[in-house]
Amino acid sequence: MRFRSASLLIVLALVAAACGSNAAAAPDEIVLVTHDSFAISEDVRDAMETAVGLPVRIVQAGDAGAMVNQAILTKDNPLGDVLYGIDNTFLTRALEEDLFREYRSPLLDSVPSELDLDHHVTPIDVGDVCLNYDREVLGDIQPSLRDLTGSEFAGQLVVQNPATSSPGLSFLLATVAEFGETGDYTWIDFWADLRANDVKVDSGWEQAYYGSFSGGAGEGDRPLVVSYASSPPAEVIFGDPTAPAPTGVIEAGCFRQIEFAGILAGSNGGEYAEALVDFMLDLQFQEDIPLTMFVFPANEDAALPPEFVEHTVVPANPARMDPDEIEANRDRWITEWTEVVTR
Amino acid sequence: MTRRRWQWAIAALPALFLAWFFAYPLIRILERSLRDGNGFADVFGDGGVMGVIWFTAWQAAVSTLLTLLAGLPVAYVLSRFRFPGRALLRAIVTVPFVTPTVVAATAFVALLGDGATSLVAILLAHVFFNIAVVVRTVGGLWEHLDPRLDEAARTLGATRLGAFRRITLPLLRPAIAAAAAIVFLFTFTSFGVVLILGDLRWVTIEVEIWRQATGLFNLPLAAALSIIQIATVGAALFVYSRYQERRSAEISLLPGSLTARAPRTWGEKLLLAGVIAEIVVLLVVPLGTLVARSLTDGIDAYASLAEPSGVLAVSPGRAIANSLAFGLTATALALVIGMAAAVTVARGRGGLSQWFDSLLMLPLGTSAVTIGFGLLISMDRPIDIRASWWIVPLAHTLVAVPFIVRTAVPVIRSVPPRLREAAATLGAAPRTVWRRVDAPFVARAAAIGAGFAFAVSLGEFGATTFLVRPLENQTIPTAIFRLLGQPGSANFAKAMALATILMLLAAGAVMAIDRLRSAGDF
Repeated sequence: MRFRSASLLIVLALVAAACGSNAAAAPDEIVLVTHDSFAISEDVRDAMETAVGLPVRIVQAGDAGAMVNQAILTKDNPLGDVLYGIDNTFLTRALEEDLFREYRSPLLDSVPSELDLDHHVTPIDVGDVCLNYDREVLGDIQPSLRDLTGSEFAGQLVVQNPATSSPGLSFLLATVAEFGETGDYTWIDFWADLRANDVKVDSGWEQAYYGSFSGGAGEGDRPLVVSYASSPPAEVIFGDPTAPAPTGVIEAGCFRQIEFAGILAGSNGGEYAEALVDFMLDLQFQEDIPLTMFVFPANEDAALPPEFVEHTVVPANPARMDPDEIEANRDRWITEWTEVVTR
Repeated sequence: MTRRRWQWAIAALPALFLAWFFAYPLIRILERSLRDGNGFADVFGDGGVMGVIWFTAWQAAVSTLLTLLAGLPVAYVLSRFRFPGRALLRAIVTVPFVTPTVVAATAFVALLGDGATSLVAILLAHVFFNIAVVVRTVGGLWEHLDPRLDEAARTLGATRLGAFRRITLPLLRPAIAAAAAIVFLFTFTSFGVVLILGDLRWVTIEVEIWRQATGLFNLPLAAALSIIQIATVGAALFVYSRYQERRSAEISLLPGSLTARAPRTWGEKLLLAGVIAEIVVLLVVPLGTLVARSLTDGIDAYASLAEPSGVLAVSPGRAIANSLAFGLTATALALVIGMAAAVTVARGRGGLSQWFDSLLMLPLGTSAVTIGFGLLISMDRPIDIRASWWIVPLAHTLVAVPFIVRTAVPVIRSVPPRLREAAATLGAAPRTVWRRVDAPFVARAAAIGAGFAFAVSLGEFGATTFLVRPLENQTIPTAIFRLLGQPGSANFAKAMALATILMLLAAGAVMAIDRLRSAGDF
């Protein structure tokens, strides 16, 4: 008898739990889905819950590509309310799948209009993928992309494979934007010359930066690497803060990545989800971004930490590309790149 | 309950677990993916994809062979000879097995320089990671073989080699086959090593599935490749379980303390020296690089683990605690499910038991991306556990169960029926027979398997990254990966410090289990 009532209770609990997850009633928590690179300071995390007015659960869903695909697969029963970390190379795919519902945060007034690409998503941060160089080996230099095919840079550059690496893809897009697909010197010609100049290709950022690059914490022998404009300040903050920055940024060949947040179409988070997006665009979160995720805040009013101001080069003219153009050509460009560089 | 009913109940547990957490999600995701298009047309129409399948198969075969060649002498020396430092060497051999691929592969890139991305590097890394499987699975049986069998053969005129070939090798065959099967599965589905060291010039089916599913969002092709992968693995497993005949060596086993002795002849001492040299070059040098780099600024990297970190969302101490909690939970689950499965397989007769045996191993041979996506679309009912704490230990359990089954089945089968019959004749009740005859064997097998399961869970990275996890539930490998994803020598040193702690935890667990085993040795 006791056994039976216990199992009845369990069944009831299961039913209640199952209903609870589907009910359209007021939510009891807000779930933020993000990628594995997400980080946040503890006090900002606490402030987030206060601002939203509900407990906020943060779940990580792999790298940016895996995260977007998981969100698309679970469109009918979403994992959460807000998705953060989708960038301009994946944006079109998500929009085509109607992943997000429309939302315009009032704080968008403080965001430069060139970052605001679509009414369904809110730009949160900006990062430039740029070539870094080892200052100890090369001194201070500012070569053009074309210079890198010259003999003085033979065997010095390491890049990431665009098929497996997000910065690798960004650098490829920068070269497409710089040299174009037609004319007497196309991006394919440039990469053929780089190959002839003994460029090294690693599968991921970790292997290229720590395994093959000679500057900063790198243990390799190549003084040029594809990394981020924010890598030199990171080398100072997480290295020897008294010494001059061991690495520098080359302004040519940078590509601007914008990361967005969007409210998932199936969310019943309502105004709470909107409050979360607003919070992420507000000063406290925006000013936390540089030192936790090493990217720049989208909100122009956010103050930057002094180490950032001192050691970061904000490239004057990073390459930009329309997300639709990226979506339409990405696979073809990667295939062509593979033919030229690694076959 | 009657004895028969008990047997069915025991068999039902692993069957239900596998059906709900493996077969059902798998079928859901494959069905969902193939709805969008016919991936098989792409596979067979594309020479490149066919090349991937061919490469996957032959590199796995070669890697397995090399790992056996490298591992058997180590297994012999570590199980048959007694010498100072043996327990430490045993622990060291197991450490690579739990080292996250991204950490070890980065060490290989730094050690090998521009030659890092090559076929040789891939094969070398496969031996590095999997040698523990051979040493522990084969060594676990070898140390209990009665040396008098070998001595008798030699007295009767057999050469040393002849005695090994005619006596020892046949006795070891089930353990060697089990080790080979696991190594083959691991290298057939190799992901991190091939992705990092193969640099897309060498691609396994697993890497291609990941690229198609997450990079290009070609789910139909990814699903077709998953099916081909599972079918190949399933066929290989079935052949293996046919080969692993039921009568697998009913032999008298002795406690390891009786069989091991100090090396006597010059030849034996030379062999011991050779094996130590092999361990140093192949394992200690890459692992030592990691430890050395964690110490570039003295113990700063270790001291800073206690401080809150901007880059990591949780403190490294929390990540260590999470890893231990996941490891213990997964080990407990895997022990219950795995031992129930092992008893069923070992007692079973005929085709059904063979099928069950193969099915249990299948999760090891299935793409982690596919399983991850499958769990994602199917685990929202009746309770939504897709992003809960439980999803990680459940996935680790799927990977750990085969290790328990593989180490336990040969041991349970080696229990001589005569012992049971004798006990019964002497008036022991069936339950007493089980407790006094079978249980000691089973317990020892369980201890070996539990060590593996814990180690697998500690170092698991591939499957974990394809699951949706709460931010606070970072494990040591995911924290290492996160730290490695940021520039700065302090982050790098911290990643290496965490990797060193992971290695120490694994080595400690192995040494503790070894001690437990030899203490409780019959």
